[in-house]
Amino acid sequence: MTSADLTLALPEILLALFAIAALLGGVYTGKDRSAPLILWLTVGFMLFLAVLVGATSGEARPVFGGLMVDDYFSRFARILILISGAMVLLMGQGYMQRNDLLRFEYPVLVALATVGMMVMVSAADLITLYMGLELQSLALYILAAFRRDSARSTEAGLKYFVLGALASGLLLYGASLVYGYAGTTQLAGIASVIEAGQLPLGLLMGLAFMLAGLAFKVSAVPFHMWTPDVYQGAPTAVTAFFATAPKVAAMALLARVLHDGFGAAPGDWSQIIAFLAVASVFVGAIGALLQTDIKRLMAYSSISHMGFALIGLAAGTAAGVQATLLYMAIYVVMSVGVFAFILSMRRDGRQVARIDDLHMLSTAQPLSALALLVLMFSLAGLPPLVGFWAKFSVLAAAVNAGMVWLAVAGVIASVIGAFYYLRIVYYMYFGEEREALDRDIGPVERVLLVASAAVMVLGVINLFGIDGAAALAAQALVR
Amino acid sequence: MVGLEHYLTVAAALFVIGIFGIFLNRKNVIVILMSIELILLSVNINLVAFAAHLGDMVGQVFALFILTVAAAEAAIGLAILVCFFRNRGTIDVEAVNVMKG
Repeated sequence: MTSADLTLALPEILLALFAIAALLGGVYTGKDRSAPLILWLTVGFMLFLAVLVGATSGEARPVFGGLMVDDYFSRFARILILISGAMVLLMGQGYMQRNDLLRFEYPVLVALATVGMMVMVSAADLITLYMGLELQSLALYILAAFRRDSARSTEAGLKYFVLGALASGLLLYGASLVYGYAGTTQLAGIASVIEAGQLPLGLLMGLAFMLAGLAFKVSAVPFHMWTPDVYQGAPTAVTAFFATAPKVAAMALLARVLHDGFGAAPGDWSQIIAFLAVASVFVGAIGALLQTDIKRLMAYSSISHMGFALIGLAAGTAAGVQATLLYMAIYVVMSVGVFAFILSMRRDGRQVARIDDLHMLSTAQPLSALALLVLMFSLAGLPPLVGFWAKFSVLAAAVNAGMVWLAVAGVIASVIGAFYYLRIVYYMYFGEEREALDRDIGPVERVLLVASAAVMVLGVINLFGIDGAAALAAQALVR
Repeated sequence: MVGLEHYLTVAAALFVIGIFGIFLNRKNVIVILMSIELILLSVNINLVAFAAHLGDMVGQVFALFILTVAAAEAAIGLAILVCFFRNRGTIDVEAVNVMKG
């Protein structure tokens, strides 16, 4: 445990210390009166840490004797997690304040969940992986049940807790089998056992259990049952958080386990991942068709998008990992934009979340409607918007890896999925006359909505250089 | 002589009982919490048995971490359950149905 290790793990340590200090500060000072201040401090600190992580460079270095690793892959994922967490925290402030939910625990819990996610994506050992995953999950269970006096929110928390704990149990059982048959908990050690040419049945069973546990966390079909209920029941600001940073962390963790631990035997897991991907894209696309609540719609949409990200992983190549990372980055930006709008959907001061409420939005709020139109087209994957290039890159990776059937299935599912995105656009521009939504969108929500729509249009020039960073990250992972 | 496979068999049996406890139980959410504990304990048996078999300490360290996290997990689960009971006045599994998923 040298000072070099502490320096490399500095972002995680600093954020954990900050969360503890903020908790103490909140308790000792004005309780919930200090909540806005703590929220702004947390946002600022997370953005500062993103810069700190971005400033480090160099090849992969083990931290704490191989418990964690600091490489381009973990840096890419950590920056994405920190920035998206900060943005969601920022845009949720108005919503939490209006609904009397802005307690000082909220930013503290988000910060703690973020620490867990940062540990997850830089884990190089099954123990660290589990500790990061649990730190993230425990904070998220509380966040889902954050509206204590609402039957829906507590029910969402309860469902998320039971299924999340079951997923952790499956993951752990798999981890124990992997430890027993590989003789080590380090991912590098597991990889060297497999490279030595042996893949005992126990190790394969362990991998299957771990994949089931991680599939829960990325809400891939057939482990997706919790997603619509939790998205609908949790407070919208929390739902926005669920849809962004934890998804990135879980997908990055999945990529890390598959390539760092089991990278020498891609034939044994790529079929499982391909099955999860195909099931997710279809169930996500078909399940969303009949939804009336926009939060449930976004839940099915996220299932479908996770399926597309998994297509990249199923390819089992560096190009596939690069496409998955690119997809996650673009998906996060689109989600932030859409949720910025959902957070501000009110009628006569009351929060609403039905798709019917969007009728003729274009006359009441032309700018918001236009931004939402761009985001919906991008989510549907219509060219030339950035969302199309995200889908194109994962499908191209699958084709190059010789999985043409997977790419064909992805295209068919995205055609089905386009229907419900376009239905929203239809309602906004050609719907019936209804009582209009309130026009006073908060400044933060408005800026994030328009900015993410602008990114979807302007990003087609060069994707803001993200694909270069993603390529670097993928090469660090796949050797 | 009790060997590794005996421990693994007990752990696998406990694990399966835990999984079935979650899915077949139609009465009480507390039973689900107990099933989750059972799953985590079966993992601990696995880890300690493997650690003894391999002569390696890491498995036991892992088991200690799991014990600690399981305690925190149970605390959070019960806290959420108390909130749920305040809102609904029941902890029947059948009552967890405001939203259809």
